[in-house]
Amino acid sequence: MEAIEKIKEIAAQAVPAAKIEIINSTPAAQQPALLVDREHIYAVGKFFKEDPRFQMDFCSCVTAVDYLPKADKSGCIEVVYHLYSVAQKQGPIVLKVRAPRELDQCRVPSLTPLWRACEFQEREAYDLYGVKFDGHPDLRRILMWDEFVDHPMRKDYVPPPDYEWEPTPHDDTLQRAVEEGGIMPPTAREELEKAKKK
Amino acid sequence: MAIDEGLKSELQKQGIFVLPFEQLYNWGRKSSIWPLQFGLACCAIEMIASAASRYDLARFGAEVFRATPRQADLMIVAGTVTKKMAPQVVRLYNQMPEPKYCIAMGACAISGGPFKDGYNVLKGIDRYIPVDVHIPGCPPRPEALIHAIMTLQRKIANQHLEKGQRPRWYDKNAASEYAIPAFGEHDLQPTANREVWQPPRDYRDVTLEDVKKP
Repeated sequence: MEAIEKIKEIAAQAVPAAKIEIINSTPAAQQPALLVDREHIYAVGKFFKEDPRFQMDFCSCVTAVDYLPKADKSGCIEVVYHLYSVAQKQGPIVLKVRAPRELDQCRVPSLTPLWRACEFQEREAYDLYGVKFDGHPDLRRILMWDEFVDHPMRKDYVPPPDYEWEPTPHDDTLQRAVEEGGIMPPTAREELEKAKKK
Repeated sequence: MAIDEGLKSELQKQGIFVLPFEQLYNWGRKSSIWPLQFGLACCAIEMIASAASRYDLARFGAEVFRATPRQADLMIVAGTVTKKMAPQVVRLYNQMPEPKYCIAMGACAISGGPFKDGYNVLKGIDRYIPVDVHIPGCPPRPEALIHAIMTLQRKIANQHLEKGQRPRWYDKNAASEYAIPAFGEHDLQPTANREVWQPPRDYRDVTLEDVKKP
């Protein structure tokens, strides 16, 4: 298969409006990817699927990556697609698309209409990262139960407290530990007595 | 009730067994435990190995794995219990007829094991149903499961039928169902059934006075 620069050039010619950028991931991965804007990811995917030079007929992996905001740049959720061609025995082409971390704005177009294999994996990305895929035929949680509200693979997810093994429960967790008759390590007892005095 | 041991031994030589009814009854019960055929994770593979010819669980009368809880009297919780699966496990246990027993097999089933800190794994099935035998190990070897079955058999053999000493299930009116947890927004609700499970005591918190108390 051609070099990534060439692939980018071909894709940019086919979908002129798309903003495509080459991302070199960590040196260990040695796998440059194409970052495509949200509006044109579907068109670029469709091009790679249908173009006789690529014939990317197989989407092997869909996942998401959570980037927390840093001092110099804002955070994002990045959705990654790995495309292979079974017909031409080549690949992968890695497509990436970014969306804001805020749950109400975290939307990207679904690629399920192009590759059926995306259906479950996009549901998984929705379940664990909270990415909403527009155009997905059946966007429900797949691993967690329907009543669950969190997205546990996000880096700012806080799991339910496990006060039994927490050495110094405090605030809500301490309250729960006391109410439910959990353990009270010495530090917790001191904390509670302090709170009572106040 | 007491039988002269010498006479008993003498009669045995003649092929006559004199023993309390309870002992005969429990012998029958403990020698035909029918486990429920279901596995949750890799421990189930060891359970299958125990039942197969090499380890041969049939020697202990526990080879009839039933595919329905209605015909089973032992639940072997073999593997990781995810929070999504936990209500179904409790429901299956509720559907088993009394007397019923439960073996928690492997690190995950007894405590959550390596996944204890996970958001999706129950920290031990004993939070919702009473467990008779816990087997540590990841996964426990078939010998360990067989040992657990033998431990359970000893437990059954020591159950009494006399009034006042009977096990809970012998009472006609005793409840045999356990509360099924509901799916909450962040966790299962409630996170444990307080009737069957109490949080472990932190012994750093035990004072000398506590020890002196009767």
